[in-house]
Amino acid sequence: MSIRLQDVTYIYMSKTPFEKAAIKKIDLEIKQGEFVGIIGHTGSGKSTLVQHLNGLLKPSSGMVHIDGQNIHEKGETARNAKRSVGMVFQYPEHQLFEESVYEDIAFGPRNLGVKEEEIETRVKKALDFVGLDFEKFAKRTPFQLSGGQMRRVAIAGVVALDPKYLVLDEPSAGLDPRGRDEIFGQIMNLHQATGITVVLVSHNMEDVARMANRLIVMNKGEILLDGKPKDIFCNHQAQLKEAGVDVPPLTLLMNQFKQRGLEVDSAVIDIATAAQNVYKAVRRG
Amino acid sequence: MLTDIMLGQYFPGNSLLHLLDPRTKIISTILFISSIFLAETYQAYIILAAFIVFIIALAAIPPTMILRSLKPLWIIIVLTLLIHIFTTPGSIIYKIGPLAATQEGVRQGLFMTIRLVFLIVVSSLLTFTTSPIALTDGIERLLNPFKKIGLPAHELAMMMTIALRFIPTLLEETDKIMKAQMARGADFTSGNILRRARNMIPLLVPLFISAFRRADELATAMEARCYRGGHQRTRMKELQITTRDWLAYGVLGIIIGVLVAVRIYSK
Repeated sequence: MSIRLQDVTYIYMSKTPFEKAAIKKIDLEIKQGEFVGIIGHTGSGKSTLVQHLNGLLKPSSGMVHIDGQNIHEKGETARNAKRSVGMVFQYPEHQLFEESVYEDIAFGPRNLGVKEEEIETRVKKALDFVGLDFEKFAKRTPFQLSGGQMRRVAIAGVVALDPKYLVLDEPSAGLDPRGRDEIFGQIMNLHQATGITVVLVSHNMEDVARMANRLIVMNKGEILLDGKPKDIFCNHQAQLKEAGVDVPPLTLLMNQFKQRGLEVDSAVIDIATAAQNVYKAVRRG
Repeated sequence: MLTDIMLGQYFPGNSLLHLLDPRTKIISTILFISSIFLAETYQAYIILAAFIVFIIALAAIPPTMILRSLKPLWIIIVLTLLIHIFTTPGSIIYKIGPLAATQEGVRQGLFMTIRLVFLIVVSSLLTFTTSPIALTDGIERLLNPFKKIGLPAHELAMMMTIALRFIPTLLEETDKIMKAQMARGADFTSGNILRRARNMIPLLVPLFISAFRRADELATAMEARCYRGGHQRTRMKELQITTRDWLAYGVLGIIIGVLVAVRIYSK
């Protein structure tokens, strides 16, 4: 069970002077249950890449399979395969349109032909997942909510589709640190509670480093690095620099300790372990 | 995809035609288009065709692009040809039912069709070689004299510039919202007209909201930078008429002269 991209190339504005290959010969397999972080500089092709995961873009060449089904074939099975991937775009609150929060979240499931009673439980579950109270918010118009709340409603609209794979493109863009932590906390909870596969696109290393168990670094339309976040941050810093992405501040700090002669393990990515590590090193020294 | 649409079909390049002042290009295009109507004989059409081929080559625009610009109008072109063939009185060469094709009709139809093709090609050459921004800039300068009679030249040009500037942005936005709703199972392509119109709501509502938001933000940003219309406004890139432009007018003058001469002597 996986999403598989084989030799996928996508060219924008094909056959004009503005022609540009956004991604080149991408081979990638995202397995069920993974939490994949995709990072890269602006224009590295990460957004183009994720739009191939549910067939919103058709590759100029190459193939995409979801659970073994070629999604660009015609017919019911290909359509269902595409629907198993939920996609949250950048600034998803811009897609809200219904008169009430309830109706907006129900839009997706209704399109899939879900029964009304089932829709209500789905809306409840989705709102619960994004941390909004059903009684308080269901009847309100989405346009009078705060930016952070609107975004959560929009994400709930995708979660209500009950996808097997959840793709999020910069879900924290434009939110304050607290809103960001809340959104990420909720995504993490969902991943742990339901085992849903998550693909998270971001250009913020710190977020991805904390949550993902696999990291893909994109540069100029190609996959530069693919592996465990720890390994990438510790052993491939030169390549990260080349791709124009920053190493998380914590790794940077640990590196500096090391350079000053403190025997710490620079391969830590959460603050608690790092603090313990420094404490031990200082006591030893 | 929607974002693949070329805006105003500008084809970047560095040819002599690209480098001409937009005012020169606008005026020359108008003059040349009017002079197309001077042509009435085969010789005149040959001269016109030769000149058009010459400027296409000069602009280094691929012929396929030129043909593509004719595509949206081919129905009108064919219709013009047929109407002229069948409605012009003269010696009949072929009859289908009540319709009769005449020799004069064929000649007239061919001439009119070629005229139409020339018109389209020449005007699209203007947009091929001039970026939309340069074009509005040129229009603004050309309309300047009419300010005295109350024509808001600057404001008109600014509106055009903003509209042009936001076409790609709104297309991108449409594309994005469409994809987002499609990812939620929305269907924009099937069903009858009524159903399809209703299916557009999830696209149109967010699009309008975002267009108004952008307009509001842009207005605020412009006011924050003390924009107050064209009064005493200076520009970074002043348009300038150079030798090139006079040369272009010269060549155009010669062509029009020749066309006038051909018309007088062929009578």
